[in-house]
Amino acid sequence: MIMKRLLLSAAALALSAGMAQAQYSDNKVKIGVLTDLSGTYSDLAGQGSVEAAKMAVEDFGGKVNGTPIEVVSADHQNKADIASSIGRKWYENEGVDAIFDLVTTAAAVAVREVSREKGKIDINSGAASTVLTNAQCSATGFHWTYDTYALAVGTGTAVVKQGGDTWFFLTADYAFGQSLQAQTERVVKANGGKILGAVKHPFPNSDFSSFLLQAQGSGAKIIGLANAGSDTINAIKQAKEFGITQSGQKLAGLLVFISDVHSLGLDTAQGMQLTTGFYWDMDDGTRAFAKKFGARMNGKMPTMVQAGVYSSVTHYLKAVQAAKTDEGIKVADKMRELPIADFFAKNGKIRADGRMVHDMYLAEVKKPSESKGPWDYYKIVRTIPGDEAYQPLAESTCALVKK
Amino acid sequence: MTTVTSTSSRAVSPQLLLVLVLIVLAMIAPFGIYPIFLMKGLCFGLFAAAFNLLLGYVGLLSFGHAMFFGFSAYVTAHAAKEWGLTPELAILAGIATAAVLGAVTGWLAIRRSGIYFAMVTLAFSQMMYFVAVQAPFTHGEDGIQGVPRGHLFGLINLNDTMTMYYFVLAMFVASLLVIHRIVTSPFGQVLKAIRDNEPRAISLGYQVDRYKLLAFILSASLAGLAGSLKALVFQLASLTDVHWHASGEVVLMTLLGGVGTVFGPTVGAFLVVAIQNYLSEVGSWVTIIQGSIFVVCVLLFRSGMIGVMTPWLKRRGITG
Amino acid sequence: MMTFFGIPTQALFGQLLLGLINGAFYAMLSLGLALIFGLLNIVNFSHGALYMMGAMVAWLLLNVLGLGYWPALIVAPIVVAIFGMIIERTMLSRLYKLDHLYGLLLTFGLALIIEGAFRQLYGISGMPYSVPKELAGGWNLGFMFLPIYRGWVVGASLVLCLGSWLLIEKTKLGAYLRAATENATLVQAFGINVPMMVTLTYGFGVALAAIAGVLAAPIYSVNPLMGSNLIIVVFAVVVIGGMGSILGAVITGFMLGLVEGLTKVFYPEAASTVIFVVMAIVLMIKPAGLFGKRS
Repeated sequence: MIMKRLLLSAAALALSAGMAQAQYSDNKVKIGVLTDLSGTYSDLAGQGSVEAAKMAVEDFGGKVNGTPIEVVSADHQNKADIASSIGRKWYENEGVDAIFDLVTTAAAVAVREVSREKGKIDINSGAASTVLTNAQCSATGFHWTYDTYALAVGTGTAVVKQGGDTWFFLTADYAFGQSLQAQTERVVKANGGKILGAVKHPFPNSDFSSFLLQAQGSGAKIIGLANAGSDTINAIKQAKEFGITQSGQKLAGLLVFISDVHSLGLDTAQGMQLTTGFYWDMDDGTRAFAKKFGARMNGKMPTMVQAGVYSSVTHYLKAVQAAKTDEGIKVADKMRELPIADFFAKNGKIRADGRMVHDMYLAEVKKPSESKGPWDYYKIVRTIPGDEAYQPLAESTCALVKK
Repeated sequence: MTTVTSTSSRAVSPQLLLVLVLIVLAMIAPFGIYPIFLMKGLCFGLFAAAFNLLLGYVGLLSFGHAMFFGFSAYVTAHAAKEWGLTPELAILAGIATAAVLGAVTGWLAIRRSGIYFAMVTLAFSQMMYFVAVQAPFTHGEDGIQGVPRGHLFGLINLNDTMTMYYFVLAMFVASLLVIHRIVTSPFGQVLKAIRDNEPRAISLGYQVDRYKLLAFILSASLAGLAGSLKALVFQLASLTDVHWHASGEVVLMTLLGGVGTVFGPTVGAFLVVAIQNYLSEVGSWVTIIQGSIFVVCVLLFRSGMIGVMTPWLKRRGITG
Repeated sequence: MMTFFGIPTQALFGQLLLGLINGAFYAMLSLGLALIFGLLNIVNFSHGALYMMGAMVAWLLLNVLGLGYWPALIVAPIVVAIFGMIIERTMLSRLYKLDHLYGLLLTFGLALIIEGAFRQLYGISGMPYSVPKELAGGWNLGFMFLPIYRGWVVGASLVLCLGSWLLIEKTKLGAYLRAATENATLVQAFGINVPMMVTLTYGFGVALAAIAGVLAAPIYSVNPLMGSNLIIVVFAVVVIGGMGSILGAVITGFMLGLVEGLTKVFYPEAASTVIFVVMAIVLMIKPAGLFGKRS
C-alpha cells in the first residue's frame, strides 16, 4: 500500500516534471555540475565548482539571448554508476544541456559514454586522465583544465633541466598513478634523465615512511610522487619528518592542488615545484575572480579545477549564444570555433580531440617568510606554452582526429 | 526475526493477490519513476535478497558478499565487451564465476560461525579486491566501461531502456521465486533448523556442513546474477562494487528492510538506493543524513521496514 | 654488506622498525576495540571516526584555544571520551541484549555522522599540524634516520598498552571488569554499579583511540576520512589476537605492523591486503585467534 502511494505520488511528480519540460524545454538553458560533494575530492572541486558555475552564469547576465539559464548540481560520490545514472536522468528527464566538472576519471568516462549517446555536451575540469581526449574522446566532450600529460611535461621537464636527472617514483597502485608515472618517465628520459626505481603503494595509504626509506636508499635526486590528495599530503609530511628533504633529495609532486598546499602548510610544503593550470594571484583578472569566489566560499581561494569550471561554463554559454541553439553538436562546433580569452586561459583553443589547449604554469611553493598571508603560496617560475604542455594532436588516438 | 512466509492455507490467496498487485505495479512503475533508478533498486534488491538467504535463513552473516556481486559484474562486462558474448551467456559466465568463488570461500568459511564466519568472508573479499586492483582486465579504478548490452538470445535488443527494465524485472521476480521456493522447501526447513539450533540438527543426522555450503553457493550465485545484471544496466563494472563498503551496504539494506523476510531486503535496497540517488542533489549532507537514518532505524525500527509494516498488514488480513 | 633476499640487512632493520611504529597505532586502537567488545559486546565501528576526532580536536585546541600538543594529549582524549560516554548512555546502552549486528549498524551510522559533520565544518583535505618542538629532529641509528617523534610514539604506545593491561589484569577494578564480562548480573548483585563501569570502559576505549589520533596528527594528514579505512584493519587485528583478549590485541597489533612492514619491502602493492591473508590463515588454524580462549 505504501508502495502504491509512493508510486502514485512519484508518477504525479514525473508527470508535472514532464509538463514543465514541454513548456520550457526551448526556453531554458540548463547546466549541471556533477562532482564529488562529500568525498576525497570535495575540496579541490565540490561545492567550489558549483559556486564557480553559478558565478559564471551570474556574470553572463543569467540569460542567453533572453532565455534564462539554470544551474543544477549533484554529488556522484566518486561512483561511476551513480555518475552515469544521474547524468542519464539529467539528460533524459530534466532537460540538462551540458554537464561540468566531473572530477575523477571513472565518473568522467561513465558520463562521457552517456553524453556521447545522447549528443549532449560534457566539459571536464576535474578528472586527470588523458583517456578523455584519446580512446574516449567524443565530438561533444571536452577536457578543460589539465591532464596527466601536461602535469608530467610541466614538472618533469623543469626538474630535469634544473639538474634533477635521477628519479625514484612513489606511485599509487591504480590506473591514474601508473599512467602519471609512465608519462613522467617518458618526459624524464626524453630530457636525458634516468629512472632509478619505483614503488607502487596501495591506495589509499597513510604511512609512507617505508616507501620513503626505499626511495632514499635508491640515491635518486628526485622522488616523484605519482599520487594525489591525502596520499601526496602524507608522503610530503613524512618526507620532511624523516629528514629526506633536508638531506638533499627533492620531492616532485606530480598532482598537487592549492588546497593540498593549504592543508600541508608552507612550513612543510616549501620549495616544492608543481604544475598548475591556474593560480589565483597572477594578475588583476585572476585576483578579481578569486576575491569574489572567496567571498562566497569562506575565504577559500579557487583551485585550478574550480577556476576551470568558471571558464568552461562561460565559454559554453558564449557558444550557446553564438550558435543560437542548445543542441549539442552545433554548440560543440561553435565552441571549437571560438577562441578562449579570459582570466583563466589567455590564448586558449579547442582541438579536434576535445582538448582545450592553454598555457600551464610551473609554480614553486613559497617559504613561510615569503608569504604575505593565507593562500599566498606560489611563485610562478615559468609559463609553459599550451602547445608544449599538452600531448601533440598527432599522437592522439582519438578517432575524431584526421590523420 | 519475523517470517512473513509462514502462511496458513486460508491466507494464501490474499498473499498471492498482494504479490500479483506488486508485480503489476512494478510493471507500470517505469512510466512514473525513472527506469534506471528502478533497475538499480532491483539489482541491489536481488543482491540483498541473496545475502538474506544466508543471514535470514541460515543465520550466517557474510561480510564479503561484494566479491560475488562485483566479480560477476567484471566477468559479465568483460565477456560482453571483449569476447562479444550475448547478454545471457555473459550473465551465465558471471554467475558461474560467483558460484565457483562461493564454493571455495564457503567451503572454508562454513567451518567457523558467528563473527569468525564474517571475518573469514571479509578476508577473502579483501583478497579478491586486491585481485581486482591488480588484474589488468579490470582496468583499475577506471573500471570496464562502455559495456554493450547486446541482444538477448541474439534477438531482443536490450539497448532499449524499457526492454532492459522488463528483462531485469523478469530475472528479479524469477530469482525471488527461486528464493521463496528454497526457503519453503524441505531443504529450507533444514536450513532454518540449523539456524535455530545447530547441535539439534546435527543430532538429527543432518550433514549440516553440506547444507550450509549449498546455501552459501546459492546465495553467492544469486548475488552474482545481481552483479551481472547491474553491469549490463549501467554498462560498466567498477571497483566500487568489490569494495568492502558494498559488503557493508548490503548488510544495511537487509537490516533496514527486515532480516528473514522475502520482501524486506528489497525494500531496504530501494531505500538505500533512493537515499544515494535522490539525496545526491542536497550535496555534502548526504552522508550525515544516511548515518542518521541508520541510527534512527536501529533505535526505533529494529525489525526493519517490513517488520514494522507486518502487524499493520496483518490487521487488514493481507498476510497470515 | 649482508643481504637478505636481495635487501641489505641494514635497510631491513629500518623497515622492521618502521613496521613496529605502525604496529604501535594498531595496538592502541585494537586494545580499545577489544576492551569495548569484551565488556559491551559491541563491535565499535565508529572507532576510526573517534580516532579522527582525537586528531581534529587536537587541531582545534591549537587553532581556537592556542593549546599545544602536550595539553592536547590530555584534553583531546577527555573530550572524545565524554562524547563517547554520552553516546553510550543515550544509544548503545539500549542494544546490549541484542545481536552484534545492531551495535555494528548503529556505530557505523555514527561514524558516517561524525565524519560528515567534520567534513561539513572543515573540508576534506585536512589541516596542518606540526611535530612539537621538543620532539623535532631525529637520531642517526647508523642503518637509518629515526625521527625522535616516531620513537616517542612507540614508547608512549608501549606504556599505555602495558598500563592498560596491568590495570585490567592486576587491579581490583580490572577484576570487577573481567567478572562483569563473564556475568554482569552476579557482579551487580555484589553491589557494583555495572552500567557505570560499562560507560567508563567505553569512555576509556574511545579515549585510547583519541590518544592514537593525537599521536598521529603530526605525522599523518589530519582529515575527516583519516580513520575510515582503518576500522576493518584494526578489527582484523582484534580477531587475529582473539576477541576480547587484551594482551592478544596488543601483541597482534605490533606483530602485524612488522608483517606489514616486510610486505612493504617485498610486495608493496599487497601491503594493505596482507593483514587479511594472515587473518584467513589464523582463523583456519586457530579458530579462536592466537590468544583467544577456545569457546
